[in-house]
Amino acid sequence: MAIATEPPKQGFRLSQLLYDTRYRSMTIQVVVMMMFMAFAAWLVDNTITNLAARGKDFNFGFLSVRSGYDIGQRLIAYDSDSTHARAMLVGLLNTLLVSFLGCLLAVAVGVTVGILRLSKNWLVARLMTIYVEVFRNVPVLLWILIFLAVLTEAAPLPNAFKEGGSASMLLFDSIAVTNRYTAVPDPLFSRSLGNIDIGIFLISSDLMALIAVVVAGWYARRLVLRRATAVQNATGERPVTWWKSVALLTLPAVLTLWALGFHLGYPSLQGFNFTGGINVSNAFMALWLALSLYTGAFIAEIVRAGVMAISNGQTEAAYALGLRPGRTMNLVILPQALRVIIPPLISQFLNLTKNSSLAIATGYLDLRGTLGGITLNQTGRELESVLLMMLIYLVLSLMISGVMNIYNASVKLKER
Amino acid sequence: MKKSLFFGTLTAAGMVAGFAAAGTLEDVVARGELNCGVNTGLVGFAAPDANGNWSGFDVAICKAVAAAVLGDPNKVKYVPTSGQTRFTALASSEIDVLARNSTWTFTRDVDLKLDFVGVNYYDGQGFMVPKALGVSSAKELDGATICIQTGTTTELNLADFFKANNMTYSPIAIDSNAEGEQQYLAGACDAYTTDASGLAATRAAFATPSDHIILPEIISKEPLGPLVRHGDNQWGDIVRWTLNALIAAEEYGITSANLEELSKGSSNPEIDRLLGTSGDLGPMFGLDNLWAKRAIAASGNYGEIFAATIGESTPIGLARGLNAQWTQGGLLYTPPFR
Repeated sequence: MAIATEPPKQGFRLSQLLYDTRYRSMTIQVVVMMMFMAFAAWLVDNTITNLAARGKDFNFGFLSVRSGYDIGQRLIAYDSDSTHARAMLVGLLNTLLVSFLGCLLAVAVGVTVGILRLSKNWLVARLMTIYVEVFRNVPVLLWILIFLAVLTEAAPLPNAFKEGGSASMLLFDSIAVTNRYTAVPDPLFSRSLGNIDIGIFLISSDLMALIAVVVAGWYARRLVLRRATAVQNATGERPVTWWKSVALLTLPAVLTLWALGFHLGYPSLQGFNFTGGINVSNAFMALWLALSLYTGAFIAEIVRAGVMAISNGQTEAAYALGLRPGRTMNLVILPQALRVIIPPLISQFLNLTKNSSLAIATGYLDLRGTLGGITLNQTGRELESVLLMMLIYLVLSLMISGVMNIYNASVKLKER
Repeated sequence: MKKSLFFGTLTAAGMVAGFAAAGTLEDVVARGELNCGVNTGLVGFAAPDANGNWSGFDVAICKAVAAAVLGDPNKVKYVPTSGQTRFTALASSEIDVLARNSTWTFTRDVDLKLDFVGVNYYDGQGFMVPKALGVSSAKELDGATICIQTGTTTELNLADFFKANNMTYSPIAIDSNAEGEQQYLAGACDAYTTDASGLAATRAAFATPSDHIILPEIISKEPLGPLVRHGDNQWGDIVRWTLNALIAAEEYGITSANLEELSKGSSNPEIDRLLGTSGDLGPMFGLDNLWAKRAIAASGNYGEIFAATIGESTPIGLARGLNAQWTQGGLLYTPPFR
């Protein structure tokens, strides 16, 4: 007589989806996915329905139409006969310009303030605390408006710089701070290499040559330093390198500038405004300074936190080895602090880039001002413009994040 | 089950969207209030006083429409809109009618799916400069810095004008008239440009208006008028003929003073039809027969509104010019009420 020994075979029951832990997580994921897709489908459908109800279509043809408006500050050639797409590009470059310069200044300010806040000098440390607390606790939009108002209301009119006027230029008559812009000298090359036309815009060959030479000098300096380290490892004596470094970093650039016939075009007052130099608009200055100082306050805290995260024992050990405070900071503390500092720094860079869209408050025409402002208004293509703008900011942020992640990977603690 | 619920929701959403697009008149009557888009503040055209009561030339249109439709000129909710937000506000049904110095252009009418119902002010773009600048013509503005309201037709006209005259300028984009006023007075720009009527209104609000001059050049045609969403013709007709009623009232000599007397009957059959004493014009677009009488009673006829808000006796001091009746050599000409 055979006795059934195998366990009772039970088919799959629906309730298992809910009560069996093997399936439950799958069920939850499927439900969440379905809800998400339903929501996305509803959004798309709602958009299509409403566009149809208003009799509007969805196309990007407007980008190739003549824009018809002028842009005050631009990095590439543009006039009112250019297309909306080019206006968008001008705006994008303006966004990149203010973001890039903003990040540079913010890091410079942030690192300085963050380290000074740790100073043993009571007054300096307190002053830096005040700066940090004041800047990071007031909305950045207000800072932008305050800077703009100060520049607009306090600086003299351009025509006050006339002969016998009340205002005078700074630095041997080369810089004029007015209530519209700051006129600065224009770098000119008498033996210019011309421009490279890459189809969309022109790139100055002089600038490219200069960058190439500086990068080459930088690379040469690295070789010198590496050799010095090799010598030091072999003999225990580090050869003197500072003058080689200075020469490699500066001489090539100076020689190139001389070869290209570098000189400055000084601004002078012609009619209503300064011409002959570069007029950096107050809108840009206000935006740049406000964004930099605001973000700099956050970076200062990040730097301070990074430095404080390194145990004091490290400093004491470095001192015990006979390292001076400066070298202790550069060789022991900062390399370790950087891996704490970089990740939050990335998000500050992203914040600054996105905050640059507040340019709309100053009239500085960035991507938000051109594509998301005037183009959107003049063409009435709200949905297309805003979606395109979102996409561009997204790509921009992902690129910054990608580059910074590469840098982070190179400075982070190497674990084996 | 899930699917049917989903499609049910979709259908409901679609229907709500569909209903919202039609029947503005029903919406307004059901709400008991007219949502009227106006300027954020342009003295004479639309500006709130210290108590928050709006008044002005454009506001009078809102009041007339509210009186015609709802029977009370005060049942208006004023929605301040900037040059950037105005058309979106109208297209998204946030407002029922937009009366905000908006220029009638082809693209706005056709591509933006809006309907301009008429012109309440024939304007043109001009320049204002401080007297101290020593400029007497717009042709002397080469190299100047110019403040301009963004999102307006003036931005495009300006670019064209300077291009056509082979001159350069640097634009400063501003968002509202108030901001433009502040920047201009701070000297951030040499000249301020917008519609000539807007310049006059802005100058009137300055501490010393006489220090500023409006240059003689008018560089564009700017027919300003109220507009509604495209597709609801009944509502479009109501706003169009309310505006026409105000203009016709001036032509036929109907004023707030003699309105009651004339509505008892007059010798002119056109006046009788307009004021609802005879005929049945009102019911044709879903209103009663006294709609035009109420619209005129709200703030008087076109001429009275003009004189009270922006006319020569006000600080803004605009002459009728092109905005006189056709019988007086102007452009105001309303189709017959028949």
